[in-house]
Amino acid sequence: MSDATSTAPADRARSNELGPVARFLKATELDTRMLGMIAALLIIWLGFHIFSNGLFLTPRNLWNLSVQSSSVAVMATGMVLVIVTRNIDLSVGSVLGFVGMIIGVTQAEILPRYLDFGHPAIWVIALIVGILIGVIIGALQGYVIAFLGVPAFIVTLGGLLVLRGAAWWVTSGRTVAPMDETFRLMGGGPAGSIGATASWIVGIIACLAVVLMLFNGRRQRKRFRFPLRPVWAEFFLGGIACAFIMGAVWIANSYPWPIGIVRNYARDNNITLPEGGLFIAHGIAIPVLIAIGVGVIMSFVSTRTRFGRYVFAIGGNPEAAALAGINTRWVTMKIFMLMGGLAAIGAAISTARLNAATNAQGTLDELLVIAAAVIGGTSLAGGAGTVAGAMIGAVLMQSLSTGMILLGVDTPLQNIVVGLVLVIAVWLDTLYRKRMQ
Amino acid sequence: MERKGPPLVELKNISIAFGGIRAVDDASVDLYPGEVVALLGHNGAGKSTLIKILSGAYKRDAGEIRVNGEEATIANPRDAKAYGIETIYQTLALADNVDAAANLFLGRELVTAWGTLDDVAMEDQARKVMGRLNPRFVRFKEPVVKLSGGQRQSVAIARAILFNARILIMDEPTAALGPQETAQVGELVKQLKADGIGIFLISHDIHDVFDLADRVCVMKNGQVVGTARTEDVTKDEVLGMIILGKCPPGATPGPGAMVVAAA
Repeated sequence: MSDATSTAPADRARSNELGPVARFLKATELDTRMLGMIAALLIIWLGFHIFSNGLFLTPRNLWNLSVQSSSVAVMATGMVLVIVTRNIDLSVGSVLGFVGMIIGVTQAEILPRYLDFGHPAIWVIALIVGILIGVIIGALQGYVIAFLGVPAFIVTLGGLLVLRGAAWWVTSGRTVAPMDETFRLMGGGPAGSIGATASWIVGIIACLAVVLMLFNGRRQRKRFRFPLRPVWAEFFLGGIACAFIMGAVWIANSYPWPIGIVRNYARDNNITLPEGGLFIAHGIAIPVLIAIGVGVIMSFVSTRTRFGRYVFAIGGNPEAAALAGINTRWVTMKIFMLMGGLAAIGAAISTARLNAATNAQGTLDELLVIAAAVIGGTSLAGGAGTVAGAMIGAVLMQSLSTGMILLGVDTPLQNIVVGLVLVIAVWLDTLYRKRMQ
Repeated sequence: MERKGPPLVELKNISIAFGGIRAVDDASVDLYPGEVVALLGHNGAGKSTLIKILSGAYKRDAGEIRVNGEEATIANPRDAKAYGIETIYQTLALADNVDAAANLFLGRELVTAWGTLDDVAMEDQARKVMGRLNPRFVRFKEPVVKLSGGQRQSVAIARAILFNARILIMDEPTAALGPQETAQVGELVKQLKADGIGIFLISHDIHDVFDLADRVCVMKNGQVVGTARTEDVTKDEVLGMIILGKCPPGATPGPGAMVVAAA
């Protein structure tokens, strides 16, 4: 079956009436909203780059940006599902703080009593305990919301206060440090990055996955003789995605370890430093890999599983979902459990990055997470949102604060700008949605 | 109409109250295979509530439901669907933000061997059933909120007949439709009836359903006024039942029939 005959004649007749841009968008089936957001991100990056005299778009800054975004990005993927079902979770920042304390105390104070210092099981146990606690907190809040019918806003507002207090209670406000050596890899840094070779391998695997996905999607549609994308569009999409992936890897691999660390590394491994220093690349940071992994899994869950389908159906019409036989309460509770688990992963990343657990950790993170999800196209009215969008939203929020720090903007003014950007972004999105209707 | 064996479905002495209001009060109605029973009455007469008990959306306070003569336990919509009871709600009950195929299979998604959603297979089935119902329907990729009233209606109908329904409940199926689409629904009812499916047609407008129905069952203030075969009564008599609660000689009176002063 040739591709020319598989496109319905009616579609082609219509596509002839469209302009070249519209024809291109129709052929590639790209989401215009997502494109707009990426364009906004690029404009912000370019703007900061120009105004900071070329400090923003450097491998070093972009690498740091990726690490700093990862904790919020991880949580934003869960917030999408929460908001899609017309709920909200104000407690994520406090969950992060509380779980961070639990993770810290578990690995720095409880486990060393039973295991040797630096035992390989310490970080695993600490992480599992943290995620379990996060899921349990989510389950409790989700139960009250779904089965007792208390609005999510109130329940999680309570959670925000309760858990922030609980985070203090764990050690009476004392900061817990240092963290386990292996655990700290989750926070990034020269040791917490996978290096140049592994980064290239990850990049190549990701490219193969993209190609496989496009190919598989096409084969599936062919099996049922549905209209296919033109071949050039498939190649274009695959090419762009692979170029983006390899470009990101290249940037991560262009950021070398600082001289001091290279010197220590050379001394420890008996390497004589050559003239002009040794170039050892960071490669992709482990927290970024975690965030990307979480993003891929959450995208999969939200678009390819029954659970994800139910989440969106509930968001679109809760009554219809219930009449279709979906156990809407249980789905809601599961979403909050998932959110709790993701907040725990966020806690692990930020605890590892700080190399300490403090009771103020994650304060106001709930607002960053919600803002990331909303800027990323999640509608507070429910029913619409994407995981990828929320992650880009997280990067956008982080870009704003990083960029303003580079420009030397005062903290109060930073908050003003971030607040304004949030409102303007949602206003633009509202306009866009109205036009699409 | 020949009646062999037990009724397909039998609602016996059903009651439900919301707060102090008895929305349905001791109502009984039955349905045989291949039969169309019209449930008539004013807005607020209790038709939709009675039918929502059958479809599992509400839990009854009293009464029993029998399917094929055996007592059925229907506690939620899933139970009802397991008995082959499908409902087309007045509000259509569609998830507006997802596409037609996702709506057709909502709660009963097809999955691949990996347990993931098999969207292509669902779209394929959706294309087949929609092709039968509404051949001009082509907007499979768009969320149903963007479809016209008639198209949304055909999605709701397709969802009900996709899974081999034996009992079909249609709540005001033509309320949002134009004349041509209404005629289409009429054709569909006849076709389904010929397949041996029992159909409850709910309407507040007698003209919509009188010609399609084998029997009418009239409700007023939550009670059944009476049940009659359409050939035994006239439209005017049925109107009298709806408006006054007056049961004509051709009908079997129910608990809600106006008590005529002793002659």
